[in-house]
Amino acid sequence: MKITEKEVRYVADLANLRITDAEVAKFRADLDGILGHIDKLNELDVSGVEPMAQVLFETADGATLRPDVAAPPLDNQAALANAPQSGAGYFKVPKIIER
Amino acid sequence: MDIASLTIDRVREGVLAREFSAVELAAEALRFAESENPKTNAYLRLSPERAMAAARRVDERVARGEDPGPLAGVPVAVKDVILTKGVVSTCGSRLLASYNPPYDATAVERLEAAGGVIIGKTNCDEFAMGSSTENSAFGPVRNPLALDRVPGGSSGGSAAVVAQGTAVAALGSDTGGSIRQPASFCGVVGVTPTYGRVSRYGLTAFASSLDHIGPFARSVKDAATLLGAIAGRDVRDATSAAAPVPDYAGGLNGGVKGLKLGLPREYLKDLTSESGDLIAKGVDALRRQGCEVREISLPHTEYAVACYYIIATAEASSNLARYDGVRYTFRSGESHTLADMYRNTRGEGFGAECKRRIVLGTYVLSAGYYDAYYLRAQKVRALVARDFARAFEEVDAIVAPVSPFPAFKLGEKVDDPLAMYLSDIYTITGSLAGIPCMSVPCGLTAGGLPVGMQILTSHFGETTMFRVAYALEQTNRG
Repeated sequence: MKITEKEVRYVADLANLRITDAEVAKFRADLDGILGHIDKLNELDVSGVEPMAQVLFETADGATLRPDVAAPPLDNQAALANAPQSGAGYFKVPKIIER
Repeated sequence: MDIASLTIDRVREGVLAREFSAVELAAEALRFAESENPKTNAYLRLSPERAMAAARRVDERVARGEDPGPLAGVPVAVKDVILTKGVVSTCGSRLLASYNPPYDATAVERLEAAGGVIIGKTNCDEFAMGSSTENSAFGPVRNPLALDRVPGGSSGGSAAVVAQGTAVAALGSDTGGSIRQPASFCGVVGVTPTYGRVSRYGLTAFASSLDHIGPFARSVKDAATLLGAIAGRDVRDATSAAAPVPDYAGGLNGGVKGLKLGLPREYLKDLTSESGDLIAKGVDALRRQGCEVREISLPHTEYAVACYYIIATAEASSNLARYDGVRYTFRSGESHTLADMYRNTRGEGFGAECKRRIVLGTYVLSAGYYDAYYLRAQKVRALVARDFARAFEEVDAIVAPVSPFPAFKLGEKVDDPLAMYLSDIYTITGSLAGIPCMSVPCGLTAGGLPVGMQILTSHFGETTMFRVAYALEQTNRG
């Protein structure tokens, strides 16, 4: 077994994701199969290989930088328009600190 | 007006000659889309106000004698992961069921600036995670050519509307095959350009080092024209490439005589025989047109799926962290603490596939596993990319299948995520390398299901890729 239900619960907790007992069991079985397949990567000798984090190609220095010119950002009202709860120009969330 | 038989050039000519107005065409396209959509569920919503406003601007430009742009009056659909200001963009997720974006994606802006008319948003797998469009919170899409089958995914809605004929072209997104595989399943042209060729500003992020925007169309020329209109440097996306955009559509007639094509032996062994026969026929047709075809090897192909499902889920687990109930419309109603609000919102909002990938992505990044999984996968990614770089020292383009099989039945693979992931084998490799790749129709099976051929070239080799695709298309039509 590659992964236990306890590990699935732990990882879901790290991801701030509430999952049901049925989902824990299902994901454990699914991930077991997927991680089993992923073990294939251990067949390869990757010593001396530089990790590839991004697709890179030849380009002039600074080609990806925009000119440093101020531009108007999204205005406060537009930024808040999709908030489930907002007020006084802010996003509102449940109380964090109890007095 | 028969929307289903229109091409981009035909629309532009008709609008310029005042044979019909862009407004008339948009109204007809909207009416047709509305009447056809119940069959496939390919549109999540139509955008009549936006479409009519864009069409009016085109007609006004024509009336003033100005050039209305290469896409003048063309009805286009846009995948719902690509943001459209004022038109709800759900990403196929319950979490964003009422999300109304405050800005447009750059590709959307450019499409309209070129005269395109956005008639609606298309259904997709939730946050573009899937290979069948069965993971949408708003119900699956049916393949217009075989209603009991999937259209492929994750851009299944965009492929379906182009195949169905309710839009002349569409935008999709591709992270591991989400444009090419549905294009293949629906018998249309689908293009994943070079990584960075099209700005991702306004594309909802799934896996940032792999995400692309690209076109769907019914012909290679239309796909080339649409890509030309949306490609190019954008200061709002630092990963967008500064390389000049060639005239893709103008370069199609260059011919393929003398081009060296590579046929990777690793891509041929697991094909269904029917798909394999059609690919072989397509390759023969290209050979007859003067291409030199040689067998090549891409030795790390068999490791690509494992590599991809580490990198893509790791990046997704990070990108999807923003859906926490604070900023984006949906919040669980039952929480009293902030932590509970995060957990409940995400638990109720995400569908099963997103949760599975968040858990897997978080796992491979977690303490003790990072080196074994994530870092190793990044190294294997470099090996996959090196396979292609070596191949392109020898050949001008690679021809290959898109999928091991044609469109499968709805429900056939939903219970086996690994089998679904493994079916992406031929498209994932090009995604990992960031090279341009496309699917072009290559014939029908005896059962009438389309099979696409994949054409891959080196970074920024789109012109050669389109030329090979055009040559294949001409022989299929001839």
